Amino acid sequence: MSDITKQSLTELVENIKNKKLSSTDVTKAFIDRSEKSEELNTYITNDFTSAIDKAKKFDQKPNLDLKLPGIPMAVKDLFCTKNIKTTAGSKILNNFIPTYESTVTENIWNEGAILLGKLNCDEFAMGSSNETSFFGNVQNPIDKNLVPGGSSGGSASAVAGQLTPITIGTDTGGSIRQPASFTGIVGLKPTYGSCSRYGIVAFASSLDQAGPMAQNVKDCALLHEVISSYDPKDSTSIDFKRNHFSKELTNNIKGKKIGIPKEYRVDGMPKEIEDLWKKGIQYIKDCGAETIDISLPNTSYALPTYYIVAPAEASSNLARYDGVKYGFRAKGENLIDMYEKTRSEGFGAEVQRRIMIGTYVLSSGYYDAYYLKAQKVRKLIKNDFDNVYKKVDAILTPSTPSSAFKIGEKTNDPVSMYLNDIFTVPVNLAGLPAISIPAGHDSNGYPLGLQIIGKAFDEQNILNIAYAMEEKINFKNKITDWWIK
Amino acid sequence: MSIDLKTIKHISKLARISVDEQRAEKLAGDLNSIFDFIEKLNELKTDNVEPLTSIAETTLKLRSDKVKSKNIREQIVKNSPQDNEDYFVVPKVIE
Repeated sequence: MSDITKQSLTELVENIKNKKLSSTDVTKAFIDRSEKSEELNTYITNDFTSAIDKAKKFDQKPNLDLKLPGIPMAVKDLFCTKNIKTTAGSKILNNFIPTYESTVTENIWNEGAILLGKLNCDEFAMGSSNETSFFGNVQNPIDKNLVPGGSSGGSASAVAGQLTPITIGTDTGGSIRQPASFTGIVGLKPTYGSCSRYGIVAFASSLDQAGPMAQNVKDCALLHEVISSYDPKDSTSIDFKRNHFSKELTNNIKGKKIGIPKEYRVDGMPKEIEDLWKKGIQYIKDCGAETIDISLPNTSYALPTYYIVAPAEASSNLARYDGVKYGFRAKGENLIDMYEKTRSEGFGAEVQRRIMIGTYVLSSGYYDAYYLKAQKVRKLIKNDFDNVYKKVDAILTPSTPSSAFKIGEKTNDPVSMYLNDIFTVPVNLAGLPAISIPAGHDSNGYPLGLQIIGKAFDEQNILNIAYAMEEKINFKNKITDWWIK
Repeated sequence: MSIDLKTIKHISKLARISVDEQRAEKLAGDLNSIFDFIEKLNELKTDNVEPLTSIAETTLKLRSDKVKSKNIREQIVKNSPQDNEDYFVVPKVIE
């Protein structure tokens, strides 16, 4: 059974369609490996028993025309799943059973996939290391005591560790791309409005997007094609013609113009990252594309802008957790006391910190100085991208300023943790699509990623560039199964 | 700029999160280092910049005003920490 879990999504789909494997075989293999992988702490909730029932049911009457026929899949615990506990990694939602399904997961089940369980993440997706989860740290399959990144840390760990063939995460400031980079997998953050936000536990509504996390670019394209849809239930969902991303995937990127932004060469960037970026530029050229030096002058203002906009939106979104209608409730002497104790005991330290920042920047007398200022700078950042996209088709940068760090290494200094997202945050502020692909290793053998940023709605183009580069890079993830019992 | 304990207490009231002295001090330290970092934005002149109000530049679609969801009151009330069959229950607010 062991080699089933080593197969890519594309291979598994093909093998199920050719009847070389049944959904039950595949589902059992991933459950078996997941059960042996408790030490990674990737799952918050598993749904293994009903997954096997669903697989057997699929095999009795297989619909092989579907895009994900009988494929088992675990998803980030930020997506509401009907009748299955959804926690967002928080104590405050520890007993929450949604009465509805998120549109993105519904799209996935409609194409024949089967839910394996819900994956660990930073509390309300606020974190870059999965250490803010109420349900504990997630181990990186690359090495013990290494963070998998965050906030989609459980998702990244589950794909890299082969506990699920593919998964979905969410990305507000880098939460798909940074953990993908830290674990040696592919992660796509789609254009804002491409995937519905309906049924995703909200963090910062103008930045949040769901996206695929996969072993390779082709798998990523296939899942993106399933999850991207116009949804009237999300008022910011955009109605545009979507590609058949996997069918239209090509490694022919000859003549494409790829921008190299000088502002991403930040102070103190490790030489390994600099070298990786240079190698990436060479790969681009080897593929017959052209690189052009560009400038995104307001890049260094992106992170401070993000740390106003995201907490402001979060403080508003998280006002709903008051201990009344669902979730955890603490005892209080009166209504206000109950609210205050519920939120004090129910939210972890990082979430409280961000709610406090958000409340402050929106409070009377400070709104203009902080929130309005940030929205103006956000406009400048977006203008930077609009300007360079008159000259280039896409942009190449490193995904992160370092490889994965140790558990506990950055927990005492919030700003040093935030700096991890320096290359990913501008993309969310401008609403653009970007993909992180594994591109090399550092001296410890830890994976490093490169990021390709596209124009809005140009996912096909960045998938194609990633696909062409993937072939040249020929990356092999160094997984030793150290955690398997 | 410096955020003092009094401000922390004020924000925590607005945010409806109770914080004790020890946590207030920790939060003041954290918020001060975060705001030091945010102050970088003051380097930029933005007087003539229009603030970004929507990242997706589309007009909102209208939909017909019809109820589409089913009546699932029972299931919804079941998620509440304390219920009285048809209602959410909160601590007494009227003496």
